[in-house]
Amino acid sequence: MAADLIHLPAAALAALLDANKISSVELVQALVARQQAVDGRVKAFNSLDEAGALALAAAADARRAAGQARGPLDGVPVGFKDVIAVAGQPLTCSSKMLANFVSPYDATVTTKLKAAGAIPFGRLNMDEFAMGSSTENSAFGPTANPWDLSRVPGGSSGGSAAAVAAGEVPLALGSDTGGSIRQPAALCGIVGFKPTYGLVSRYGLAAFASSLDQIGTFARTVEDAALLLGAIAGHDAHDSTSFRVEIPDYRAELAKRKGPWRLGVPKEFFGAGLDPEIGAAVQQAIAFYRSAGCEIKDVSLPLTAEHAVAVYYLIATAEASSNLARYDGIRYGHRSAAATDAIDIYAKSRAEGFGEEVKRRIILGTHVLSSGYYDAYYLRAQKVRTLIRGEFLRVFQDCDALLSPTTPTAAFKLGEKSADPLAMYLSDIYTIGVNLAGLPGISVPCGFTGGGLPIGLQVIGQPFQEAALLAIARAYEQGHEWSQCHPAL
Amino acid sequence: MNYEAVIGLEVHVQLRTASKMFTRVAAGYGEPENTLTDPVVLALPGALPVLNKEALDKIIKAGLMLGCAIAPVCKWDRKNYFYPDSPKNYQISQYDQPICLRGAVEIELPGAARNVMGEHKSIPLTRIHLEEDVGKLTHGAADSLVDYNRAGTPLMEIVTDPALSSADEAFAFLTALRLSLVQAGVSDCDMEKGQMRCDANISIRPVGETKLGTKVELKNLNSISFVRDGIAHEIRRQTAVVTGGGAIVQETRQYDGEAGTSTAMRSKEMAHDYRYFPDPDLMPVKVDEAWLTSIRATLPERLFDRQRRYLEQFALPYTLTSVLVPQVPLCEFFEEAARLGGQPQAAANWIANDLQRELAAAHLALTDSKVRPAHIAGLVQLVETGVISNNLAKEVFVEMFATGEPPAAIVDRKGLRQSTDTGELAQWVAAAIAANAGAAAEFKAGNEKALNPIKGAVMKASKGKANPKLVDEIVRKLLAG
Repeated sequence: MAADLIHLPAAALAALLDANKISSVELVQALVARQQAVDGRVKAFNSLDEAGALALAAAADARRAAGQARGPLDGVPVGFKDVIAVAGQPLTCSSKMLANFVSPYDATVTTKLKAAGAIPFGRLNMDEFAMGSSTENSAFGPTANPWDLSRVPGGSSGGSAAAVAAGEVPLALGSDTGGSIRQPAALCGIVGFKPTYGLVSRYGLAAFASSLDQIGTFARTVEDAALLLGAIAGHDAHDSTSFRVEIPDYRAELAKRKGPWRLGVPKEFFGAGLDPEIGAAVQQAIAFYRSAGCEIKDVSLPLTAEHAVAVYYLIATAEASSNLARYDGIRYGHRSAAATDAIDIYAKSRAEGFGEEVKRRIILGTHVLSSGYYDAYYLRAQKVRTLIRGEFLRVFQDCDALLSPTTPTAAFKLGEKSADPLAMYLSDIYTIGVNLAGLPGISVPCGFTGGGLPIGLQVIGQPFQEAALLAIARAYEQGHEWSQCHPAL
Repeated sequence: MNYEAVIGLEVHVQLRTASKMFTRVAAGYGEPENTLTDPVVLALPGALPVLNKEALDKIIKAGLMLGCAIAPVCKWDRKNYFYPDSPKNYQISQYDQPICLRGAVEIELPGAARNVMGEHKSIPLTRIHLEEDVGKLTHGAADSLVDYNRAGTPLMEIVTDPALSSADEAFAFLTALRLSLVQAGVSDCDMEKGQMRCDANISIRPVGETKLGTKVELKNLNSISFVRDGIAHEIRRQTAVVTGGGAIVQETRQYDGEAGTSTAMRSKEMAHDYRYFPDPDLMPVKVDEAWLTSIRATLPERLFDRQRRYLEQFALPYTLTSVLVPQVPLCEFFEEAARLGGQPQAAANWIANDLQRELAAAHLALTDSKVRPAHIAGLVQLVETGVISNNLAKEVFVEMFATGEPPAAIVDRKGLRQSTDTGELAQWVAAAIAANAGAAAEFKAGNEKALNPIKGAVMKASKGKANPKLVDEIVRKLLAG
C-alpha cells in the first residue's frame, strides 16, 4: 500500500482518507519512509519534523473518526519552501544568514492550511532568498532533479518541485518572483502554479522583491493545484497588497468550464534560444487545443520579449537590496564572531552570511536606487513595467489565455550555468513578464525530450481569472498522461 | 556690523495612537524593554506593514488645524540606512509627497510686562510628513542595548520655513505648537518622554542681506527652554566667530543644556544616500473630501482664536486669558460657569486663581473637583447681589471646595448672609465707637483713616456679616451726630 501512495495526487489521497482506506498517520509514515529512501540523493529537504507531522496526522485522523474532518486537505501533508514561516519550524531561506532561525509565527498561508487540516511537511530547499533558477545557490548544497540526478531541478523553488516529483510529498508551496514556481515545475515534470499578484497573502513569506513575489503551488495535477489554491487564496488584513476578490471553489469550477477558449500564442516566445525539442512539444500542445475546438491566435509581446529581463533585474534587485537590509546580525540571524562594533557587525555578518548571488543582487539593487541613478534605472524600469502590463492586457482583449513554453531548455547540468549569471537569468525569459504584469501563470507537463527530461507548457491567464486558467490547463492535462509518469529513483 | 539670525525648526512629534503605525502592537511609554514588539516591529522575515488609520487621521487633523493643504493621495517611501535602532534598516517615511504642505503656526512673543499681550506672528510651515519612530539605544562600557518599544510609533516631522529670527520666537513657536497639538488630542507632546523633539537650523547674516548664511544644525534640544537657550547660545557663538573674522562651518552641533555649551558632532551623516523609493509593501491611500470633512468636524478652536474671543466676548483681562486659554478643560469649565450667570470676569477670577490654587494644593485634577461650574456661577451671583461680601465669599469657596455643598446652602447653613438690619448694625457701630473712643476723636478731628479700626470692630462683632457699605454710612452718621 505505502509504495502506491507516494505518487498519488492529493485529491486521490483525500478520497482514500475519506473512505477510511488509509489513515493520515499511515500516509505520513509512507512519505517519511520515501523521504528517507530518496532524499539522500534528491536533497529536496532542508529539514523534516517527523514527530510533529505524525502528531498532526493523528489529530487529523481523530477528527475524521469523529466526523469532524475539515475538508479534503485534512490530514494531507504539504511541503513548504523554506521561505514561508511556520511557527516553531526553521525558516532558513537556504541561507547561512538564517541557518539557525526558527520562526515564532505562522505565515497567513500556514494559518489557512492548518485551519484546513493540512500538515506542514518539511522545509524544502531553494536558491538562497529565492534568488536563482537552479537551487544551486543554497547554503546547504544543491537539490538534484529526480529525473536525472546530475541535473538541476530548476529554481528557486527547486526543493518543492523535486520533492513533489520524487514522491516525497503530494503538494508543496513555493514562491514565484520571476518564474521560481513554473520553471522548476517544468524541469521536474509537475504542475506549478503562480496566482495573480495579490490573490494570496505574502504575510510570512520572507521577501525577495515585494512587488513581484507571490506564493503558489506545486502539485501532480491541475485539480490538486486548484484544491491547494482554494485553501490559501483570499484577502488578508496583514498584507496591504492583497486584494479583496471573491474566492470561488476552484476545484468545482474545473468541471464547469469546458471551453472552447481563445488562446494566444506570443510569437516572440518561440524565437532564438528555444530548444527545438521544447518548441515541438509546445506546438503539439497548441495543436491539441486547436483540435479541441479552441481558437488559436498569433499575438505579439515585443516589449516583454525585449525588455522584461532587464526591467525585472532592475526592479527585483532594487527591492531586494532594501528587503534584505533587515538581515544585519543585530536582532536575529548570523552574527560574525569577528565583529567589534555595529558597522563591523553589519559588514562582517552580511559578508559571511550571504552567498555570492545574493550579494551580487544587493549590490546591483543598491546601485539602481542610488542618488543620480534612480531616475535612469528604477523609475524608467517602473515605466516600462507599466507598458509591459499594458501590452499583456491589450492581448487579453482577444484571448482568454496565452500558451508558451515555460522554459527555453530542459533541465541543465548541475554547475553548467553557475559561472555565468546572465545565462542563468535567461532561463526565466518566458516567465518573468508574467510577474511584471502581475498575471497568473501555470506550467503543466507537456512531454519529454529525447533524453527523458520533462518539458513544461506555460499557460498565462487574465488577472484574477484563476478558475478559467486552471480549466484551460486541465483540458490539456486530461487529454494526456504525462502526470502519470514518474522518475525512477 | 549688526547681524540677524535666520532659524528653521524640524520638530518630531509622536502621535497619540492606540497602536503602532504599521502593526497592531500597542504604542506606549514606560513598559518593560522590548515588550511592545511583534514580527512587524522586529522586522522578522516575512513580516509586512499595514497602515494604522488612526495615525493618518491624527496627522491630517494636525494639518487641518495648522492650515496645511492635505495631499489627495498619501504615499509611502522607504528611507534606507543602517542603524541598530532601526529594525528593518529602512524607515517607512514620506519623501516627495508629504501628507501636509504649507500651513502656519500663530505665535505670541513675550509682552512688555506680564499683563501686556505680546506681538503675534505667523510662522510658515514647509511641510509635515508621517514616518515611523526608531528604537532606543543605551550604550554601556562594553556593549550597547536596544529597546524596540518605541520603534514603529507614528511620528510626524514638522518642518518650518527658515522664518524665525530669535530664540524667543522659537520658544513661542514650540509653546504654541505643543498647546495646539495637545488640545487637538494629536499628541501628548511630553518632551521628557521624547514625544516631542526639536532640531534647529541656525545661520546669521548682516542685517539687510537677503542671502542665507551657512547654517549649523543644533541637536539634542530636549526641552523647550533648552531650545531657546541653545539657539541663543548658537547665535552668540556664530556672531562671535564672524565678528572675529572667522567663517561658519556647516556642521551639526550638540547642545548641552546643563552646561550651556555646544560641541560639533562627527559629520557621518553628511555622505548619506538614503536611496528613497516607493514602499512596495504599502498601497497609496486616497484622502477624499468626505474624510477631510469628518476630521474637520473634530477640530478644536484654535488657541489664539479662543483668546481673542475671551477678550472680546467676555471682556476678560489679558492675564486671565493667558491662564485659561492654554487649558481647554479649564476654558470649558469657565464657559459653562459664565453661561450659568454672573459676571464672566468674576467667574474667570475664581477659576483661574482660587480654584486652580486649591486644586494644586490638594493635588487634584479639575475632573476631581467638587466645585463645578454651577458652584462658581452661584458664588459670583451671591457676591453680585450683595448677599455675601467678597471676604465671606472666600470662606464659602473654601467650604464648597472641601464639601461640594452649593454656595447658597453654605451661606444659609452658616448664617453668613450680610446683615442689612440697620437696627442691629447701629448697635454694633455704637458699641464699636464706645470701644474706640480715641479713633472716634481722631476722625472727628479730620483723620479719615481713624474710621478703619471702628469699622473693623463692627465686622469682627458681626462675624463679617455686616454690609460694609451700610456700616460706613452708619458710622459716619453717628460720629457726625
